[in-house]
Amino acid sequence: MRMTAREAYDLSNGEGLMACPRCDALHVEEELTSGETARCVRCDTVLAKPRSGAFGQLIALSFTSMVLLLGAVFFPFLEISRMGFGNATSLFGVAMAFADGILLPLVLAVMVMIVGLPVLRAFLLVYTLVPLAQGRAPHRHAATAFRWSETMRPWSMAEIFVIGTAVALIKVAGLATIHLGPAFWAFCALILVNAASRGFMCQTTIWDAIEDAGLPTDGREMVEDPTA
Amino acid sequence: MSKAQPDAPVMTAHRAGLIGCRSCGRVWPEQETTCARCGSALSPPDRRSLQMVWAWLAAGVILYIPANLFPMMSTRTFAGLKGNSEATIYEGVLQLIDHGSYDIAAIVFVASIVVPVAKFIAISWLALVAGRPATVEQAHTRLKMFEVVEFIGRWSMIDVFVVAILSALVQLGFVASIHPGPAAASFALSVAFTMLSAQSFDPRLIWRGLPLRSRTSD
Repeated sequence: MRMTAREAYDLSNGEGLMACPRCDALHVEEELTSGETARCVRCDTVLAKPRSGAFGQLIALSFTSMVLLLGAVFFPFLEISRMGFGNATSLFGVAMAFADGILLPLVLAVMVMIVGLPVLRAFLLVYTLVPLAQGRAPHRHAATAFRWSETMRPWSMAEIFVIGTAVALIKVAGLATIHLGPAFWAFCALILVNAASRGFMCQTTIWDAIEDAGLPTDGREMVEDPTA
Repeated sequence: MSKAQPDAPVMTAHRAGLIGCRSCGRVWPEQETTCARCGSALSPPDRRSLQMVWAWLAAGVILYIPANLFPMMSTRTFAGLKGNSEATIYEGVLQLIDHGSYDIAAIVFVASIVVPVAKFIAISWLALVAGRPATVEQAHTRLKMFEVVEFIGRWSMIDVFVVAILSALVQLGFVASIHPGPAAASFALSVAFTMLSAQSFDPRLIWRGLPLRSRTSD
């Protein structure tokens, strides 16, 4: 709980304070030690949960998901056969097959949601966190990169795609024989990687780190009294 | 961690004449419009923001109608041996039941019919009661509801993915082929608009109008 006024804060300009994004309750910012979890006093939303080494873990997990997604795009996803006619297809092949049809928008949207956004998010996270993990100043536009990565979170839907695949398998079971390809398993692994990544993710800590590491802000993170 | 003390008077950023960033939590003087730390737009917890919720929700509801009336996908088999068929979302569920795969039928039924309709109702209810006087318990219920809506919305995309996978995969020349119907696109858009509607809802409105407000106001 963070409601103890131990550090300096200023109610006139919000310095040293944090508002709960869910209910707007004001909290006094405090440095938490690793493993602690700060929750909102009113609505119980997790405000911060710093874990030591989380940046390194997040970078590693982001690289993992990039590699998995690369495999998921180019390896065969599902193989189908019926009456001697077979079709093994990778997601890339699917996208190419539809590249000129009227279905292009739908296929494009699906590809963006299951591959494009996850790759972009992983890239943005690495871009933001690598300098921070090394204790250097963040890259330019690191704040924008991280904000975009957070905005994209609900729109990257790899795990939903896997459930969709399971449903699709049952639906064509009577029509043809289906085998799962390596890309399918890459998506399954991706779900686990994403879950692990969520466990290490603490937005508040990353925002504080970006600010502390000297991204051009108004310098309010400096511990000095501006009114003095 | 213990549950929040529900009766403690709570100072909010809005009441203190400040504005909190919904993206990173930083607090700024009320006249600021952009958060200088994360760059996102600052907005006061204001019922005016509900207009956006209603607009996206209306778009989602409207598109949900063709999504149910038109076929989601059409299956063509060799010379009609197994018949050519077009299936709407609802008929797709019935087909799965005929196949005997009740569990998958349940997933599709919940993801494509129960969840979207429940979301429409939940978001309208949240937007209607937002900012109205409420007890602390009611506020907690509403926040819980909002979190469920926010979490579950994306899962309605399952059916769209199923159609995309099937139509990409089942292109066996004249043996069998599956094509997406117009409902696939409108359903995808309906889900996307409903997600946007849920994202435009400002959960801070839930907590405005609590009785605490008069107790702590100065």
